[in-house]
Amino acid sequence: MAGDSRFYRIEIEELARSFGLDFYPVDFEVVPPSFMTEVAVYGLPVRMPHWSFGVRYIHQLVQHKMGHSRIFEVVYPGDPGVAFLANNNSDMDNTLVCAHVLGHADFSKNNELFRRVHKQVGTRIVDMAANHARRIEQAIERHGQEHVEFVLDAALSLEQHIDVNQSLSRARYSDTEEEDEESLLSTFVRRFVALAGEKLGKDSGEEEHAGIPIPPHPEQDLLWFIAQYAPEMEDWERDIFLAVREESFYFYPVFACQIMNEGWASYWHARLLREASFLPQDLYVDAMKTHSDVVRPTAGDNQVALRINPYHLGFSIWDRIIEAEGVEHARAIMQSEDDFSFIRNHLKADLAEDLNIFVYDANKNGEIKVTDNDIHLLHEAILGPKFNFGAPRVRVTEMGVDGALELKHESDVDGRGLDTERAQKVIDYIHRVWRRPVTMCTLDANAKETTLETGKAAA
Amino acid sequence: MSPESHDRPAIVPSTRWYDLFSRGARDWLRHNEKVRDSVKKTLPELISGPDVLTQPENRTVRVPVKFLEHYRFRLSDSDTQTGVGQGQGAKPGDVLRPADAGGEGDGGAGTGEGGVQFVLEFKVDDILDWLWEELELPNLEPKSTRSLENSEYVREGIDRRGPRARLDRRRTVKEAVKRRAIQANPIPFTDDDLRFRQLSRRPQPMTQAAIIFIIDVSSSMDDASRQLAKSFFFWALQGIRRQHTRIDTAFIGHTVTAWEFSEEEFFAVRGSGGTEASCAFALSLDVIRDRFDPSQYNVYVFYASDGDNYSADRDASRDGLKDLAEISSFMGYVETVGRSSAGLNTEMGRLFKDLAEGDTAADSYALSGNEDVWEAIRRFFTQQAKQED
Repeated sequence: MAGDSRFYRIEIEELARSFGLDFYPVDFEVVPPSFMTEVAVYGLPVRMPHWSFGVRYIHQLVQHKMGHSRIFEVVYPGDPGVAFLANNNSDMDNTLVCAHVLGHADFSKNNELFRRVHKQVGTRIVDMAANHARRIEQAIERHGQEHVEFVLDAALSLEQHIDVNQSLSRARYSDTEEEDEESLLSTFVRRFVALAGEKLGKDSGEEEHAGIPIPPHPEQDLLWFIAQYAPEMEDWERDIFLAVREESFYFYPVFACQIMNEGWASYWHARLLREASFLPQDLYVDAMKTHSDVVRPTAGDNQVALRINPYHLGFSIWDRIIEAEGVEHARAIMQSEDDFSFIRNHLKADLAEDLNIFVYDANKNGEIKVTDNDIHLLHEAILGPKFNFGAPRVRVTEMGVDGALELKHESDVDGRGLDTERAQKVIDYIHRVWRRPVTMCTLDANAKETTLETGKAAA
Repeated sequence: MSPESHDRPAIVPSTRWYDLFSRGARDWLRHNEKVRDSVKKTLPELISGPDVLTQPENRTVRVPVKFLEHYRFRLSDSDTQTGVGQGQGAKPGDVLRPADAGGEGDGGAGTGEGGVQFVLEFKVDDILDWLWEELELPNLEPKSTRSLENSEYVREGIDRRGPRARLDRRRTVKEAVKRRAIQANPIPFTDDDLRFRQLSRRPQPMTQAAIIFIIDVSSSMDDASRQLAKSFFFWALQGIRRQHTRIDTAFIGHTVTAWEFSEEEFFAVRGSGGTEASCAFALSLDVIRDRFDPSQYNVYVFYASDGDNYSADRDASRDGLKDLAEISSFMGYVETVGRSSAGLNTEMGRLFKDLAEGDTAADSYALSGNEDVWEAIRRFFTQQAKQED
């Protein structure tokens, strides 16, 4: 019996639970492909309007028309979860997609990072984003498109610059230095200081006690800092910054667990379909064909791809773990890790060799050369683009008495300076809402220290 | 399994809000609007760009523009980008792709969306509107000069007397009906019922214009010079078009003799030999007398040349220009000059200078590059606006 679903939804859910998958109910909605395209662009079914999404939309549309990408499903974790299925999926596609979605639902309900973020942004992310969009539409009516646009120009360009280790509803810095330092003393720092002969690197001098500097330590959550401390920002403008920040909090675990999460969902759609005795044989064979399309590493046989398919990589790692140590052990990993530890702990040299993964250098002159397949270099090359939400590390270092904002790029950590032309444009965006001078310290193309500035009165 | 998921239909097929509009399309349109705004800010390049012009009759111009980039902090490009790949048989040291033959290539790492171009179409009228804003010109009224008045009869009011030909039957019957309604034994019509349309003579301002474009096609005028002249001619024509309900044009090219051309031939034609401008001025005079009666038309004459003219032709040219000036509203001279030469200090430049010192409305423009076209157009329109007052 297929139940009320032509894609065995109920049977697959039952089977999934029997394997220990633990998920909130999922609402499935069938939508046209055009809707899937938009979701891929906006990240959320309803999101604030901004012209930059229009550019991405056209790119996506062109790619779609050329047949480069096809989106089967998009799932939003929550209680209930919401999954959108493309209405041109076949029943067989949907059977596979249903199993895949349950894998995601299991992951997002149990993974520590997802849980922590969901505790803060709530479990109805789709509604939250729609709410933000509505508030921004209202702001446009009240304050005009141009004005709202330049606030969004700034806020969205700083999308990745948040600090997920702090709470979403983080309060302003406390007024007294003592209290502040107390909160900075993580267990690690306390233990470190307790070690013989170790002191905190910074020996806070007396003059700091005279007035607490803002920020008291370099601040990485730029959206939060600007919303809290901008000297002349209007309340509705701060609201927009906080709305963008809230959506970034939601996006972070999706970003930081992509390999694990897609691998986990792929593992379970394959496993569940394999174990599903209720599926007709031909449907199973078709579904497995789609499966191998989704998780294949390269475009064709014997080809070399210059990127890693996260579905394939994650799937392969989970397959090894479960084969060697069982589902229970895998679930413990799924609950407590993110991509950083997952890759470093579980992508072992023998698996990397079996998967033929390598590190390459792409030279400006067009040459692409395989450089290495050492496992540690592989780990770092895979994780490199994922650090700090994929953005350069930029911190607020000081807010002057005149309200001037000082930003610093940690070029020593990132290994080189910022693209100064773009950085200048970004601080111009910031200046329009900060409304006092903004400076940015980084390295220029010749690795010399340079300071970009905007809003300084002409000398 | 949660109990309610059994009750809920598995799929909800329905027409939903997202069918009603496309957010992607909305944001894309907004992006294009912003592109238009930013293009507007680069108006000088827009109107003098060599790609802009096709035929002067085209009412739109196509401008290649870039996607706007929403900037973010990004690391500077390094010489080599490290990535991770996958595939059988790739060993350390293998070259997957050789360096480009030409050295600098598009590089391994993509540069994002910054470099993509697409084409936007602009209405010439929109560009002129922007131009007007930019130049802060008053809105030009349809142009007329007192001497160029054309009177016309217009209907004006009704009277009880008039020639039979202008009897207004409708009103006459109306009057009769009114009268009959209050009379005991009415007769069908009386003389008092008759109503006649009245006409009065009213001066009608002239809004026709004729533009004579003259170009020196001798061998010394190269393609770049023609392109410059063409740009200027195009925008001058568009501007004049705004002030006149009807525009007629004539295109004349000359070496030591002059011919009239069609518009298409005009910019393509190539002559050889020397330069005697007087023959072109004489031909222009003939054209104006034949087709554009100066009492009916505002006549504009534009002449483009590199400035050379046989000195033996000097007097003939001077006389020709003087004759033309007498019947024209405006005389414009466009000199296309090499970068090094001092503009307008040429044989022809001096002739026009003399002309402008009289009380003729005349001006000269030296064009050595695309950026000068903007300046020249600005000067021409500003001067036209001043003449209004």
